[in-house]
Amino acid sequence: MHFVEVNSFDQWRSEARRLIVQKVAPPEIHWATASAQPSLFDAGLSAQAEALAESPPPPSSTFTVPHAFVSLAREVACHRDTVRWELLYRTLWRLLHSEYQLLKRVTDDDVHALAQMRKAVSRDVHKMKAFVRFRKVSDDREGDTYVAWHRPDHQIVRLAAPFFARRFNDMNWSILTPDESVVWEQGKLTYGPGVPASEAPHEDALEGLWRTYYASIFNPARIKDATMKREMPVRHWKTLPEASLIDDLLRRAPARVDEMIANSEGISQTAMRFMPTELSLDKLRLAAGSCQACPLHGPATQTVFGQGNPDAKLMIIGEQPGDREDIVGEPFVGPAGQVLDAALLKVGIDRKEVYLTNVVKHFKFIESEPTGGPQRGKRRLHKKPDSREIFACRPWLEAEIAAVRPDTIVCLGATPSQAIFGRDFRLTSQRGKLLTTEWCQRTLATWHPAAILRMPDETRRERMRDELTEDLRTAVQVQAG
Amino acid sequence: MVSERANCGPNCRLGDDVSGPRFSKFRVTPVCDLRLARPCFPTKTFPHTEPFQCTMDVRKKLAILADAAKYDASCASSGSKSTRPDSLIGSTEGMGICHSYTPDGRCVSLLKILLTNYCIYDCQYCVNRISSDTRRARFTVDEVVDLTLEFYRRNYIEGLFLSSGIIQTSDYTMEQLIAVAKKLRVEHHYGGYIHLKTIPNAADGLIDEAGRWADRLSVNIELPTEQDLVQLAPEKKKPQIEQAMQGIRGKIDEYKHEVKAGFQPPRFAPAGQSTQMIVGATKTPDVEILRTASSLYTQQRLRRVYYSAYSPIPHADARLPGQSPPLVREHRLYQADWLMRFYGFDASEIVTEADQNLSLEMDPKLAWAIANRHFFPVDINRASREELLRIPGIGVRSVDRILKLRRLQKVATSDLKKLRIAWKRAKSFIQTGDHNPGLADLDKLDLGRRIRPQTQQLLLFDAASSAFSGEV
Repeated sequence: MHFVEVNSFDQWRSEARRLIVQKVAPPEIHWATASAQPSLFDAGLSAQAEALAESPPPPSSTFTVPHAFVSLAREVACHRDTVRWELLYRTLWRLLHSEYQLLKRVTDDDVHALAQMRKAVSRDVHKMKAFVRFRKVSDDREGDTYVAWHRPDHQIVRLAAPFFARRFNDMNWSILTPDESVVWEQGKLTYGPGVPASEAPHEDALEGLWRTYYASIFNPARIKDATMKREMPVRHWKTLPEASLIDDLLRRAPARVDEMIANSEGISQTAMRFMPTELSLDKLRLAAGSCQACPLHGPATQTVFGQGNPDAKLMIIGEQPGDREDIVGEPFVGPAGQVLDAALLKVGIDRKEVYLTNVVKHFKFIESEPTGGPQRGKRRLHKKPDSREIFACRPWLEAEIAAVRPDTIVCLGATPSQAIFGRDFRLTSQRGKLLTTEWCQRTLATWHPAAILRMPDETRRERMRDELTEDLRTAVQVQAG
Repeated sequence: MVSERANCGPNCRLGDDVSGPRFSKFRVTPVCDLRLARPCFPTKTFPHTEPFQCTMDVRKKLAILADAAKYDASCASSGSKSTRPDSLIGSTEGMGICHSYTPDGRCVSLLKILLTNYCIYDCQYCVNRISSDTRRARFTVDEVVDLTLEFYRRNYIEGLFLSSGIIQTSDYTMEQLIAVAKKLRVEHHYGGYIHLKTIPNAADGLIDEAGRWADRLSVNIELPTEQDLVQLAPEKKKPQIEQAMQGIRGKIDEYKHEVKAGFQPPRFAPAGQSTQMIVGATKTPDVEILRTASSLYTQQRLRRVYYSAYSPIPHADARLPGQSPPLVREHRLYQADWLMRFYGFDASEIVTEADQNLSLEMDPKLAWAIANRHFFPVDINRASREELLRIPGIGVRSVDRILKLRRLQKVATSDLKKLRIAWKRAKSFIQTGDHNPGLADLDKLDLGRRIRPQTQQLLLFDAASSAFSGEV
């Protein structure tokens, strides 16, 4: 009986080489890992074995094995199970004794067992690459260093270290494990003895941010903690700064989901609920009168539906009715309407020939504080409709366009322009240009008359007024041509 | 095992220096590197949002902008086969690494954040839509660069996945995303993974530049059909989205072509492009979803299509029903996706149910096998690779092992059991070199009930890992 003690691939290789040359069959060898609990027969033999391992094999002893076996053995040697030495030797023996194809027989018991071991080792290497967490420490003389403490399942430091060297090439770092440690400094990997966890730095200021990220990226609506534990085994949690959050995240998740489902916001319906079956302008106007799709119907006096020639070639769309329009019930009858009328007149368009409407059919306003001046009481100040209200009201506008089927659409201001052209439309850069949209072959955007009225600078105001006229002329010219 | 003597091999340079703790002298830096209270300067204010808090620190922004990004399912950090030359920090070596897992079973591989969650769009399913009352924040380019590098150096992440709400215009938003990637690559010589979301309608030149710095580009198709888009994301148009993908595909092809011709063009998205579809927000059946995915794989050559079960979101739009995400359905779609890509199945044959949806009770391959029993039994020792791939419970890797093994020997029942195949599912469909008693069940009417997993609970446990490993 031969008693052999090894603890690394290289030692095993020289021992195995010697034993193969001496034609020692597998059952005649007792393999042991050098540092394991000594068995009854081991005592005193390790020194002898080491001495033998150091000496080069005699030249007559060369033999070849498949390349795949060497790489397999190199990895399996990192496994902790002592049986690996024996298994490797038996496989080697069989390979050299008329079973050269052995490694391809993946269902052979020995090959299968080795494959399982290799799998465990490579999984462990992968997990080490994943779970090492560096902590930054400052050393006044040498600059920043990153130190991690990790407990791998197997003796894999040397398998994993080159990866860290490639990845963290410009850093000085050390990875400490109970078996072995490795240091990367000035482009060199240096291996050293194992180090207990207590020797590693205990915190890093950045871990707070990392925990914030971890907690925020977690979606409480999808709990699969078994998957998490399978992929991130609990034994590694001690060295993962984020793991301390897990219990709390899991505990609070159901309540957070209930809250999300219970709290919705926005408007649950659109004007579609109030659509008449017949989509003529008259029927639409009648139906829109009782629209309650958004909350704006409450404070407003009445619905201000579109008005004008039902067969109009030109359709002009504004944002929403103003104070005056709300009271009268017709679009563009207030001060802004007068500006528009003047521009239409200059271009020579009869207002009766045009169809005028707004994106939102109810007046949205806030009431100003009462003033003590001649105008007593509260004033109603225009407020821009938000996207929910625009969305809710949109079916009316779409039905109007479908009923009138204009040749040209002119959008006044940003709100109708973005409703028609899309959200990324920019009035300042795309004003006055005839574009094709899904609504109309010729669509054009220009200033809203109310914006002209609000412009404090007089020259600027006049220029906008001219531009409005010019843009309307463009719209009509194309219409004629 | 901890008490073992240190394993000093022949390469050990520390020799016998086992005396004294070598690493205890370090002291921990007390101050965080990131400038935690950097002011931000909004270029525009938007309705429905809080006024900018100019003192908002990085931690608060991170909480808001990671929270806003978590509905994006994509997590892959794989596909770039080699690290960029001139890199000082970071590497990409083909296989991605999952650095952590959250209790939702999803991996944390990339720093997945939005540059900002301000958005001018109003997509109903999205927490960042303009009409949502969610809290808003915006990172500066430097903040994202610092965060990425600091996380990377501590081995928390594989890289950065940067997306954004659309602010001002598509082009402006895209330029901001590019600025982050470019700074990482050029100034910091960062060689790790970068995934950029391309903004629909961004100029062609910008896509070019994004592809130069990023490993992967993606455009989200968002919803499976044009009709769904009209319903839930009226401002996104399918032709526009497809055009964007087409553009990226063209550039990737061009890059590969030049490499083949012996030139050394600047890199263009070496890890390809991917997309994401929200599942369960509309009534579109699985067969439609798979058809869309199939055309994306063939026409746009996407590397991955991600299916994301519609999940309840905070500040949910009232137009969407509150519900728990259909996780099993999502899992089935991933399985079906794998069948299309690696198992030679066609989108139309995978769905066997009358209602055009995948079976929730059993995996699609098993469902197909039960509906097509005339195809079986398959002789494990004679069948072609294509036929072997159709057997339930046997994955691509097992098929390849079987093919190698049977050149040397007759494959018997006991061999198969060692190959890590799902024997319970496979046994009724295969003829082995010896006696296989499971085969007797093939003609039984209740075959499905006999072999499908027994409880719903089990399904849920299986779902996530299989969704990403793809073993069916």
